[in-house]
Amino acid sequence: MGLVTPTLHGRVNEASPRPMPPRPMIGYDHVTKNFGLLKAVDDVSLDIAEGEFVAIVGGSGSGKTTLLRLANRLIEADGGSITVEGEDVRSVDPVALRRRIGYVFQSGGLFPHLSVADNIGITPKLLGEPAGAITTRVDELLELVQLDRGAHRDRLPEALSGGQRQRVGVARALAAKPRIVLMDEPFGALDPLTRDALGDDYRSLHRSLGLTTVMITHDMTEAILLADRIAVMRAGQLLAQGTPAELSKSSDSYVLELLRTPRRQVERLNALLPQSGAA
Amino acid sequence: MSFFADPRWGEALSHLPDYLGNHVRVSLAALALGLAISLPLAILTRNRPAPRAVLLALASIVQTVPGLALLALFYPLLLAAASVTLAWFGVSFSAFGFLPAMLALALYSMLPVLRNGITGLNGIDPALIEAAKGVGMTALQSLMMVELPLALPVMMAGIRTAAVWVIGTATLSTPIGQTSLGNYIFAGLQTQNWVFVLFGCFASALLALAVDQLLGLIESGLRHRSRTRTALGAIGIAALVAATLVPTMGRSSQSYVVGAKTFAEQYVLSALLRDRLQAAGLSATARSGLGSSVIFEALKAGDVDLYVDYSGTLWANQLHRSDIKPRAELLTGLKTTLARDNITMLGELGFENAYALVMPRKRAEALGIRSIADLAAHTSTMSIAGDYEFFSRPEWAALQKAYGLQFRGQRQMQPDFMYAAVASGEVDVIAGYTSDGLIAKYDLVALDDPRHAIPPYDAILLLAPKRGGDERLQAALKPLLGKIDIATMREANLRAASNDANSSPDAVAKWLWEKVGK
Repeated sequence: MGLVTPTLHGRVNEASPRPMPPRPMIGYDHVTKNFGLLKAVDDVSLDIAEGEFVAIVGGSGSGKTTLLRLANRLIEADGGSITVEGEDVRSVDPVALRRRIGYVFQSGGLFPHLSVADNIGITPKLLGEPAGAITTRVDELLELVQLDRGAHRDRLPEALSGGQRQRVGVARALAAKPRIVLMDEPFGALDPLTRDALGDDYRSLHRSLGLTTVMITHDMTEAILLADRIAVMRAGQLLAQGTPAELSKSSDSYVLELLRTPRRQVERLNALLPQSGAA
Repeated sequence: MSFFADPRWGEALSHLPDYLGNHVRVSLAALALGLAISLPLAILTRNRPAPRAVLLALASIVQTVPGLALLALFYPLLLAAASVTLAWFGVSFSAFGFLPAMLALALYSMLPVLRNGITGLNGIDPALIEAAKGVGMTALQSLMMVELPLALPVMMAGIRTAAVWVIGTATLSTPIGQTSLGNYIFAGLQTQNWVFVLFGCFASALLALAVDQLLGLIESGLRHRSRTRTALGAIGIAALVAATLVPTMGRSSQSYVVGAKTFAEQYVLSALLRDRLQAAGLSATARSGLGSSVIFEALKAGDVDLYVDYSGTLWANQLHRSDIKPRAELLTGLKTTLARDNITMLGELGFENAYALVMPRKRAEALGIRSIADLAAHTSTMSIAGDYEFFSRPEWAALQKAYGLQFRGQRQMQPDFMYAAVASGEVDVIAGYTSDGLIAKYDLVALDDPRHAIPPYDAILLLAPKRGGDERLQAALKPLLGKIDIATMREANLRAASNDANSSPDAVAKWLWEKVGK
């Protein structure tokens, strides 16, 4: 417990009724980020525990992407502090920090001039791992994200479908065996079937690999189906956080409205579709 | 078919390895230097709009300077730099030929490389740069592994444009002493040898086209990520460079360089001198089409070993003397003064090629003009044409002063076009050359100079400082001294100015040797 800094310790005791919570994998403490006059992130505090799958939900411009990128220093905070695995991120070299945190980009972010294998193996390569070990790792990962080794390994990203590309994106994020994975609307641009399958597959990877995942989405249904806990953002502020059940007790009308949407959709679907067809 | 049976095609072809090899060498060096400067600049300024704008503006300004002027500027610039390094560090370098040509062409190549480099790097999807950061790349790794590879097709297009520009502009490096395919064009223009002009144009166009296509193949390979195409293009370029450079490699650099200025007589004389040296078993090459002051400085610096100049030209332009001395006295004075620069004046060839005011014989007779003094009364209604240097030469100032000449207008012309221009009445008077065969051909007359405003112009053979004690060289040249009289030279020049199969400088030089060598 020597790694817990006094400030963190004190804050946790004040903010939480739990007596001795485990050290968070990611801790946001009164974090602020301004872009000019715009308060992109406004005094946000949020702890993410080891093994948790947290979804950050909000509309566009709510500050959710900024909040995510503060964790691996793609964006630097103006105020407050952020810890990753107990270390203040400001004390960690940002390049080293990013190499140990997996990041899945919106619509893949794959390098178009590199093959699938080279895209997946990029972070281990940057870490100086031997080529043989990288090849083995890439093959493992292809299997893990259910891509055919022979068919996909040496293709360029442009030859893949959207779902396959995102699978490669997930494989790339996992390549350096990170304990934390950050995902920026990873499944947003996919067709519903692919999206569902990919979400489920990732959820089981998260569990089997013991990852800590933070995922951004604007889709409350997706958040409810995949995440353990949901954080709702609006205009840079964290409106509410908790399990779906906890959120439903919120007094905030925006949060309640967000939660009502999936339920309404289900009701309408039930009315429109015969029960057997919905399965 | 007789068009291609012309022996001048064969002669042109025989120069190709030398001209093409040098052309490719200087173009390649210029392009490499241009790339080495512009690519880092494009990378450094990619995220800095202000310096980027300044850089692009500077490169655009360079581009607006005509190629010939840019090349010409580098010669005096380097000459000054060489004298500074000599004074400060005791080392000097040759400001002649390769170096100024390469530097000017490198500068010329910078705009397309810079512009496309910056465009290519700025055109990359910001999400990919973000992704590069996100997977843990440093700024340098992002540049090398993501940004440069993605910008490469656009950069390659810029390199392609630059290559075509450089290859085209390199033809203009002949006057500053760099052998290139331009040698065909300059020599052809001076001696009205259209076969040479055509040959030079085709050769440089073909070279540019081939390079453009091969670089295009590389560009398309990079764009479509086809290794085969990229490799084929690269192999093609390498093969082209090797094929053009290898024949000129390993050639003795000990070979004597015979210089020639930019007119037909000089082409013929340099060919004659080269033949004489080769006949004596010495290796020699002719470097033709050099500017009047370029050639003298090149001789002084040892870049040219020997050439023929004219006493009056040196007296006025190099020694900056405005007084006119009798012929013999001027020659002795010149010899001692040149000796101070360690230049050997081996002797006179026997003829004089003076500037003279020339007009149609019939018109002169009708107006009763026999001398420049008679002409002075008519100049206010007349126009005069001269070669590119005449009106800035001291002789022109001296003429104007001595006779009070006030022409209505003055024009500069290609020397070989002047005679036709005055014969057709396009201009009234020209500043021609007394040894020119065209005076007789067009029935023109050279006006007397009773006040001796124009100095004597004996053709004299000059040797570079390092050749002063070279007895084999001097022995090979001595048979020419005093042997070429004005009538013979005029006929030789007339032959060179005609446009038939026997009018190439090499052919005329052989004819001349048969006449004077015995």
